[in-house]
Amino acid sequence: MYNLEASILSVCYLTGSVAFITGLKMLAHPDTARRGNQVAAGGMLIAIIATLVLYRSGGTHLHNYVWIAAALAIGAVIGTTAARKVQMTAMPELVSIFNGMGGLCAALISVIEFEHMAQASPVLHSLIIIAGLVIGSVSFSGSMVAYGKLSGKVKDHTFRGQHSFNLIVLALVLFGIVYLLCRNPGMPGSFVFYTLLALSVSYGVFFVLPIGGADMPVVISLLNACTGVATACGGFLYQNPVMLTGGILVGSAGMILTIIMCKAMNRSLTNVLVGSFGGETSNALPGTEEAHKQISISDAATAMAYAKKIMIVPGYGLAVAQAQNTCHELEKLLIEKGVEVKYAIHPVAGRMPGHMNVLLAEANVSYDLLLDMDQSNGEFSTTDVALILGANDVVNPAAENDPKSPIFGMKILDVGLSKMVVVNKRTMKPGYAGIQNQLFSQPNTNMLFGDAKDVLQKLITEIKGM
Amino acid sequence: MSTLLNFIHDNLDMFYIVILSIFLGIEVISQVPSVLHTPLMSGANAIHGVIIIGAIIAIGETAPDNYPALIIGFLAVVVGTLNVVGGFVVTDRMLEMFKKRKPTTTKTSHNV
Repeated sequence: MYNLEASILSVCYLTGSVAFITGLKMLAHPDTARRGNQVAAGGMLIAIIATLVLYRSGGTHLHNYVWIAAALAIGAVIGTTAARKVQMTAMPELVSIFNGMGGLCAALISVIEFEHMAQASPVLHSLIIIAGLVIGSVSFSGSMVAYGKLSGKVKDHTFRGQHSFNLIVLALVLFGIVYLLCRNPGMPGSFVFYTLLALSVSYGVFFVLPIGGADMPVVISLLNACTGVATACGGFLYQNPVMLTGGILVGSAGMILTIIMCKAMNRSLTNVLVGSFGGETSNALPGTEEAHKQISISDAATAMAYAKKIMIVPGYGLAVAQAQNTCHELEKLLIEKGVEVKYAIHPVAGRMPGHMNVLLAEANVSYDLLLDMDQSNGEFSTTDVALILGANDVVNPAAENDPKSPIFGMKILDVGLSKMVVVNKRTMKPGYAGIQNQLFSQPNTNMLFGDAKDVLQKLITEIKGM
Repeated sequence: MSTLLNFIHDNLDMFYIVILSIFLGIEVISQVPSVLHTPLMSGANAIHGVIIIGAIIAIGETAPDNYPALIIGFLAVVVGTLNVVGGFVVTDRMLEMFKKRKPTTTKTSHNV
């Protein structure tokens, strides 16, 4: 009976691993993505149930089922509620929190296993436990700081010697690891172990704190990969193949995704990690008012109603104002009037790569109106009006012509090529990366101040009245 | 050195899994359209929630009267479940919206 159960468990784990691989593969293609997510979830369910029912260690089943069931129920209820209730604009924050929870889980497992561990355990067994602790807690605290920054609760912090300070903390972490691995039986272990936990948690905080706003997606992706590695440590610890494949798959996929994102912004990973994007420059020219001209709602409405072709450039300002639906309405109205309307989407518009597409999809904007960066840049020269809704950094010419600018080298949308540019934002304050935008003072640019939703609504009323 | 070699020898199949999974992960993800970066990151996030199996085993092997370990294990299972369930649900919600625009796409491509 025992062998049969063990065999069934192995088959379940195998099924889980295959489901993860298939699911991830399907997630990478638009048509199959949703099904892929469901396949992965199915594999997870099989692996979890099989563990609950069939797992044995030393001939006995698991116990403490009441505790486990209660924890599963609580986690499932909170997780589902949070996932259902979250605003699409706050999606990156939530993904970050969930990632942090995975890291915390890995760290807590290491704490339990360390307490179980006999003094004479093999060195490599200890190494896995300690690696899970360190990677898991860095991922946890890093993700929590990332959450705080994305939701605007935590500001970028840089101080003199930040990088040296981080290196010292890292060195202390490494020292702690070596000490724990090399200590003789009888030497204090617990104290160092928990100090190591505290150090790793603070390393995660100090590591993410200085990283500037626009680089956050890259960091989230990197932390995601870290949690994957922490999961794989758990897989090694329990000799569990499904944890191992799941963890490593996410680890390597996350790493590749991180690199792809860096490429989209034309930045190297080291640059992201060391270069504190925007952090230093945010104070450089805070209130400098550049020369800019404003346009009234009715003038803007006239220009748009009589244009042949309009490009809408949505940014986070649109998302914050929850104006996707109003924007869609304006787009439909203009199309009815015979205007050709398209959306120009920068790959990192929003708070995460691809985030803007999610937001516009939520508002039912037709998919074939959305142009990616290369397509849109080919069409700006034939565009009459480019309407920029709360996008800053992705249209900033400094990326192309100011080598000193922190975003220099990033590809931008060439909105300046269109006959007329209308920029809607609330104030002249610089955008998320904290950089002044020369576009606003260009002769063909007109500023239209106000909340995106409010402004769009007024434009609609105006155009309808014509 | 011999400990390390022994360890590798004893866990050889694990090392094979690790190495093959690394290549597989890279292979599967390269060339994703940026439209899908957010859902993909979120979906991958949910997959690493498989760490929850470790949490279940850890608490399941704990002595029933070892309350500190039980409490830590309980917390580990709660946060692990958050990662798994929340991750999959939120990804599904995102991808559901991508599906909605499909009829429009086919209709317009018909017109063209």
